Amino acid sequence: MTANAHALAAYNQRKGFLSWLWTWLSTVDHKRIAILYLFGGGLFFVIGGIEALLIRIQLAVPQNDFLVGSTYNEVVTMHGTTMIFLAAMPLVFAMMNAVVPLQIGARDVAFPFVNALGFWLFFLGGIVLNTSWFLGGAPAGGWTAYAPLTTEFLGTGSDFYLLGLQLSGAGTLMGAINFMVTIINMRAPGMTFMRMPLFTWTSLITSTLILFAFPPLTVGFFLEFFDHIFHANFFNTAKGGNAIIFEHIFWIFGHPEVYILVLPAFGIISEVVATFSKKRLFGYTSMVFATVLIGFLSFMVWVHHMFTVGLGPMANSLFALATMTIAVPTGMKIFNWLFTMWGGQIHFTTANLFAVGFVPTFVMGGVTGVMLAVPSADSQYHDSYFVIAHFHYVIIGGVVFGLLAGLFYWWPKMFGKILNETLGKITFWTFFIGFHLTFFPQHFLGLIGMPRRYFTYFPDEGFNTWNLISSIGAIGMAIGAIVLVINIVITTAKGQKAAGDAWGIGRTLEWSIPSPPPEYNFAQTPLVKGIDTFWKEKMEGNKKVTPAEPLGDIHMPNPTILPFLMSIALTIAAYGFIFANQTSASRPLCLVIAAFGIGLMLLLMLIHSIKDDPGFHYHKEEIIEIEKGAE
Amino acid sequence: MDTANRQSEMLDYIAKQRRKRDLQHYWVSFALMIVFTVLAFLAVYFRKSINDYLIAFFIVTMAVVQVIFQLYYFMHMKEKDHGFPALFLYGGAVVVFVTVLSFVTIVWIS
Ligand code: HEM
Ligand SMILES: [Cu+2]
Repeated sequence: MTANAHALAAYNQRKGFLSWLWTWLSTVDHKRIAILYLFGGGLFFVIGGIEALLIRIQLAVPQNDFLVGSTYNEVVTMHGTTMIFLAAMPLVFAMMNAVVPLQIGARDVAFPFVNALGFWLFFLGGIVLNTSWFLGGAPAGGWTAYAPLTTEFLGTGSDFYLLGLQLSGAGTLMGAINFMVTIINMRAPGMTFMRMPLFTWTSLITSTLILFAFPPLTVGFFLEFFDHIFHANFFNTAKGGNAIIFEHIFWIFGHPEVYILVLPAFGIISEVVATFSKKRLFGYTSMVFATVLIGFLSFMVWVHHMFTVGLGPMANSLFALATMTIAVPTGMKIFNWLFTMWGGQIHFTTANLFAVGFVPTFVMGGVTGVMLAVPSADSQYHDSYFVIAHFHYVIIGGVVFGLLAGLFYWWPKMFGKILNETLGKITFWTFFIGFHLTFFPQHFLGLIGMPRRYFTYFPDEGFNTWNLISSIGAIGMAIGAIVLVINIVITTAKGQKAAGDAWGIGRTLEWSIPSPPPEYNFAQTPLVKGIDTFWKEKMEGNKKVTPAEPLGDIHMPNPTILPFLMSIALTIAAYGFIFANQTSASRPLCLVIAAFGIGLMLLLMLIHSIKDDPGFHYHKEEIIEIEKGAE
Repeated sequence: MDTANRQSEMLDYIAKQRRKRDLQHYWVSFALMIVFTVLAFLAVYFRKSINDYLIAFFIVTMAVVQVIFQLYYFMHMKEKDHGFPALFLYGGAVVVFVTVLSFVTIVWIS
């Protein structure tokens, strides 16, 4: 055993709280980082969910005074921002971290250090944003943070928004680069591009979209940051700036972002539907093609969020056409899922229930999307509850159902225990029915003229019944979420241990190794012989996938605390800038603190560049030992 | 001298020649880049006697050529196995180009 393996063994014996904490703070193992992302994303999902419930309480009856005026604005802003940036994004990354390296037969990701850094930046960015509640008020300009409202008319909440999201955005960008390189460079022998499982494909395309979509957001937020903290005039019309530019910048990021979220969900649905239909995915090639096409087109449609700005008939009609075009590859996918189920032996596990529930729900969101894409009609729908209904159908019905399907499907792979199916089905039905009850009425609310983001309405506007139904539906979703948490606690306490091929009908490589996998994933790198290679091997009567190499020593990276420290350094810098804007007396001091944070970051980068990580080895004998124990 | 030895000597020689040629390329493209920069400045200097659009077009062309030199001669794009970087670079360039094109043609209202 090497020194490091000894150290690891020593930890496990001590098992003190501090050493437990240290292992998580310093981990670079993608499977542990997946759990961190799951925990972080789950935490913010709960916070965002509570905010949603507060909104529904306020809107349940007309002229309610539960959350009024700017408090309501803060809650709505934080709900949207939290759900998109701090819940959906990290949960997508949780799935990617947990599954992608296993699906391509890799022992690790390409840049374990960057992976850890990405997580910590996201998490601390989220914390910075949420501390705004206690430090002078949350941002209140909507999740879109349009200028000049955010830059000129709102208080310090905007700074928390801008700097918090700047941190977590940097983390997301790093995560994406890591996954692109991992998928392109670290596939096992025989894993050609056209043999990659669909979740891996969608992860690759999503990472590419992040690579191209997040830099515009970073730039947009930097300009707002300069406007707000250093009184620049990029978006200040009175001084020659132009506020419309921010809308463009935001949606050049914003539309790809919605596909960044939904593509991995498409991938998860493709895996779950194929597995639980005991069939190969129908139309694999067209699925890949549709994914790439959606990714490409998603950059050419941003103006559909700005139809009412007045860009003229030419711009509006061309972008309307481009927007409707996206419905075509999306429709291809829907039919492929239906044909996959067609004639299959369908197992209605919780994961598959979510996948099956996803299909019609997402279709409804797509249909309202195409309705919104007609500029003349959109002049009526825009900024009404119809838009709210649309994007909740695609984001909850699409992204969240997909993530929940993935959670139930891969939970045994991540934690070694199968989630309770009875409780799971309760979660599905309460969540599914609650969801439709909440958001279906919002279509009508929008059509009869209820504007979004208003904190109340009058009793004689005809909004009462639909709003009440909508609020009742939200209770259903809350019950579903609570049952899920109970399920997780019960399963962790006394769940049944899962086999490597936890569902017995796994098709892809992740099911060919123990649950949870050993740190090095594959004792021997597998040889991939086709799509669904594990299924193929099982059909040929093999228990294990053919290895591509003899058993030998495995080299692994050392854990390191540097990513965490770097994120702390940038958090210090962020708080420095935020407080520089709060009182003019302490401004110089705060700017010095910000400079200190940045300096610390540079120092840590220097240390990381100079200090070599020799890594450590799992020796052949140890591996044989571990593999025996896992059986 | 046996054949194996002779062969390795030959490979050595080829590698050395290639390095020499690469170095030449570096110098030539470096010099060209400086020339292009000077030309761009000259174009602006003579702005009184040249059409404005022509100057703008000329400067942008010089810039594009320089980017290509930079990528191919200094950042090793011309070597083998750079398919993916190239794919992403050109993919990104196409997206940016379409975005800018839509801004200057249909989107921007002033
Ligand atoms: C068939 C595909 C789709 C079409 C044609 C479409 C079309 C549209 C249009 C035209 C709007 C602007 C409405 C307005 O503000 O007046 C919109 C808003 C929105 N869409 Fe979609 N959409 C589609 C799919 C999706 C998907 C898959 C997602 C997310 C996963 C999504 C998320 C959103 C969001 C978040 C908004 C509202 C943003 C805001 O104003 O806060 N859409 N969609
Ligand atoms: Cu959009």
